[in-house]
Amino acid sequence: MRSGFFAGFLLATVSAAAAFAQGAPIKLANVAELSGGGATVGNNWKNGIDLAIEEINAKGGLLGRKLEVTHADSQSNPGVARAQVQKALDSEPYVLLGPGYSGSVKVTAPLAAEAGIAQIMGGEAAELTQGGNKFLFRTSFGQQSSMPKVAKYINDELKAKSVAIVWVNNDFGKGGRDVITKEFAKYNIKVAADISTEAGQADFAADVSKIKAAAPDAVFVYVNEEESARMLKELKRQAITVPLMGETTLVGQKVVELAGDAANGARGHVGLTTDAPVDLIKAFREKFVKKYNYVPDHNGLKGYLAIYMIKATTEKMGKVDAKAFADNLHGLTIKAASEPGILMDVTFDEKGDIDRQGFLVEIVDGKQVVKQVLPKLN
Amino acid sequence: MTATGKYLRIALGVVVIAALIIVPMNFNRYGLFILSQWAVMTIAAMGLNLTLGYAGQVSLAQGAFVGIGAYAAAIMTTQGLPLVAALGVAIVLCFAIGWILGYPALRVQHHYLAFVTLAFSTLAFLVFRNEDWLTKGIYGISNIPRPNVLGFATNRPLPFYYFCLGSLALVSLAMWWLIRSPWGRAFVALRENPVRALSLGIDTRRYTLMAFAIGSALGGVAGTLYAPLTQYIDPVPFNLSLSLDLLMMVIVGGSGFFFGPFLGAMIAVLLPEWLRFTQGYYLMLYAVAVMLLLIYSPTGILGSLDRYLAERRTKAASALRAVAKSRLETAP
Amino acid sequence: MSNLLDLLVAGLATGAIYALVAVGFMLLWQTSQTINFAQGEFVMLPAFLMLAVMHAGAPFWLAIILGILLSLLLLGLGFKLLLVDPMLRHGVLPLAIATMALAIGMKEAVKQFFSAEASPFPSIVPAGDVSILGRVVSLQSLGVLALAIAVVIGLTALLNRTSVGHQMQATAQNPTVARIIGVPVERMILLTFLINAFLVALASLLITPIYLAKFSSGEILGQAAFIAAIVGGFNQVRGAIAGGLLIGVVDNLSAAYVSTQYRAAVPLILLIVIILFRPQGLLGRPEERTV
Repeated sequence: MRSGFFAGFLLATVSAAAAFAQGAPIKLANVAELSGGGATVGNNWKNGIDLAIEEINAKGGLLGRKLEVTHADSQSNPGVARAQVQKALDSEPYVLLGPGYSGSVKVTAPLAAEAGIAQIMGGEAAELTQGGNKFLFRTSFGQQSSMPKVAKYINDELKAKSVAIVWVNNDFGKGGRDVITKEFAKYNIKVAADISTEAGQADFAADVSKIKAAAPDAVFVYVNEEESARMLKELKRQAITVPLMGETTLVGQKVVELAGDAANGARGHVGLTTDAPVDLIKAFREKFVKKYNYVPDHNGLKGYLAIYMIKATTEKMGKVDAKAFADNLHGLTIKAASEPGILMDVTFDEKGDIDRQGFLVEIVDGKQVVKQVLPKLN
Repeated sequence: MTATGKYLRIALGVVVIAALIIVPMNFNRYGLFILSQWAVMTIAAMGLNLTLGYAGQVSLAQGAFVGIGAYAAAIMTTQGLPLVAALGVAIVLCFAIGWILGYPALRVQHHYLAFVTLAFSTLAFLVFRNEDWLTKGIYGISNIPRPNVLGFATNRPLPFYYFCLGSLALVSLAMWWLIRSPWGRAFVALRENPVRALSLGIDTRRYTLMAFAIGSALGGVAGTLYAPLTQYIDPVPFNLSLSLDLLMMVIVGGSGFFFGPFLGAMIAVLLPEWLRFTQGYYLMLYAVAVMLLLIYSPTGILGSLDRYLAERRTKAASALRAVAKSRLETAP
Repeated sequence: MSNLLDLLVAGLATGAIYALVAVGFMLLWQTSQTINFAQGEFVMLPAFLMLAVMHAGAPFWLAIILGILLSLLLLGLGFKLLLVDPMLRHGVLPLAIATMALAIGMKEAVKQFFSAEASPFPSIVPAGDVSILGRVVSLQSLGVLALAIAVVIGLTALLNRTSVGHQMQATAQNPTVARIIGVPVERMILLTFLINAFLVALASLLITPIYLAKFSSGEILGQAAFIAAIVGGFNQVRGAIAGGLLIGVVDNLSAAYVSTQYRAAVPLILLIVIILFRPQGLLGRPEERTV
């Protein structure tokens, strides 16, 4: 009787001590485009984050501590993003996640830098990492590293001398268009037509007829998945047969689903895609579909990777230290062999840009076929 | 209005103003940002209240005028010009555009101003986005400096909040004066009975136009504060939905009431923030709250309050009358 | 020249979509002074109702029927009883603002309870193209165009040939007089709301395969329909149809010949010009009622 009581007491003490050793949860703050024009981007990003955190917590957390994230909605509005990041920083998170829109990143990055908190974001505009901010990190290629690869392919493989550019008129599309126009100039490739489109545009007849009139050697399409699909259909309808080149958003599985036959022959450079011929990515995709019932776009991958970047960096430091986090992520190489969650080997440079394998793919019979693997630089 | 009622009102006003000054002193940066945003939006909504509540015209371009003011401030202050200069430009520009838009629209027919301003709102957005050379297009303008006011730097959140609050106070005083001036009386006469106003020799079209142009200029004033508040602007926040939001603030607060915009802006800016704890549901709940509020009091919060007070007064008066009557009857 | 024809055909197809949405918008305004800022969302929702029924395992045809019935219930009856009726007597604006809030609520609800992703939607018109006079035209576009024409003919016939139609017209022109001469005004107004709900459900069925089912797809549609209704004149079925078609064509022509960046501007400038020179709209009659 008495020993029983004693044993119970002992057990209680031990488990309390274990709980104490586990420590308080590590707080992360996410500010993303959960409503408004960027809601698709933001919700993919959020779901990717939640999936990764759930996985890590199920395996005992990070350094024995659980991860906890708060999600705040920026309404796709930089002013609101600023307020929400301010709020997030006031609660002193370990790392700040998001936003996804480059404009919102631009307005919030100085705040995070001032607070000395690392910010892992989804924006792809070239200029974001060029202002010397020591706390800002990408999760995907910036346009300054993906567009030169596209331009090189158009010049070397397609041997095009004139190209029509179709872009969506938001910071994503305009950014890509500006960088690739500069790259084309280096190769003396003429921009035969420069066509801006609207997000959510349904009718591309006029845009395609402009391309037709310009008779380019190739077309570069840089719009979101849904518009890509409509664009491809219209290109086919107006019988444009020159090579179509794009980025992740032109050759994704979702585009194939929506555009059907019309997607065949489209090519693109792909930095991060759930269709990549990498086993870990295929596994990620299955897990994601199982949990959320849809196939994520690259933003889902970005959110997922952001969490594993935090995990790898923290494990390297051996402690949870917000102040030292950014320094430790700079120059870090994370190998998929030792950290499967990172999916592909990746290196972060001093600016917060990433270096990773890329692919050049073509849609053949409704399937993405990898034509060329662009190796990691170092 | 009895003397005690008047004193009560003054006391209430003093308490509210003191609270607005003192309570935020130990707010965090986020709280101060939201309060500053409230002050800025209140100014814009006051402008629209003049157009809608006093002159009875619907403008769907108030957000565009805020955008014009914000771009004037962003472009000029990043070039090193003082914010006061930008303020002047914004006021003149918005007033002139308001006049030019309103003139033909009001010539034609009453409610066509709404349609013209709807078109203008989208046109303004397109210009903000497409004219890179001036507005830096979709990339937006960053590093907008905050001003020095009377030698005080307003870089920190608290001084900037006081700057916004001070601006709101100045605008409110100006508005108070305007409504009490002969012009303001003409505006009210217009609203109450346009036909009678016309027969009294008030040039209704001219006054309506004036109210719209002044209201638009106040949108510009709000814009010149918005730019240094966020310190980065791009075209997206100034699309049609901002104009619709501002319209909602005026209606929900009580259109035509001096303090309507204060309450309306509070609901539009603060209510979503209070509801954020519900995570993904907050905007849905916000929408439902606004609908319920409008169903319950279609004339806005102050409209309902006014009706309630009026009813109480009538009841009190009729009670008094009843008492007096019974006394008369019982009197020998 | 061949290019121009292509653009005209494509513009008409898009315009027909705007027109369908604009007709219902105009009907609500006419009979009950309801400016429905949620009209675009009204088109977005039925597709999701149908998708939900399909996810529950029902075949497509059943989903269509149930989707239309649910639309009549929610967007017709529910909208009128819960939002319009309590607010109607307080003037145009509070109700218009309430529909704006409704639009936000509907978008958020679909996003939260369904998905932020665009979902594909089956087409009742077979996918594919046909060749007409050497032009390649998609069957879906033809389907939308055909329906728009059918709606005009049907509605015009209803309004002009039947006694219910005459009663509706009387209600629209002067509810007080209509009531005096014995028109069941309330029932007529309800009927308009049901017709609108039916039209948006039909539009949803035809448009969603092209636009995809997405919570935000109503934003562009709603605004285009609003402008189409004003351009065409706020008080005629054929005016709204003409306005829609015109906006679609002008949009395409301006993208091709003016500027893709400013394509949205040209219809708006057109709108301003029309207001200045023909305030009653292209096919509208001068407003008889003072608002």
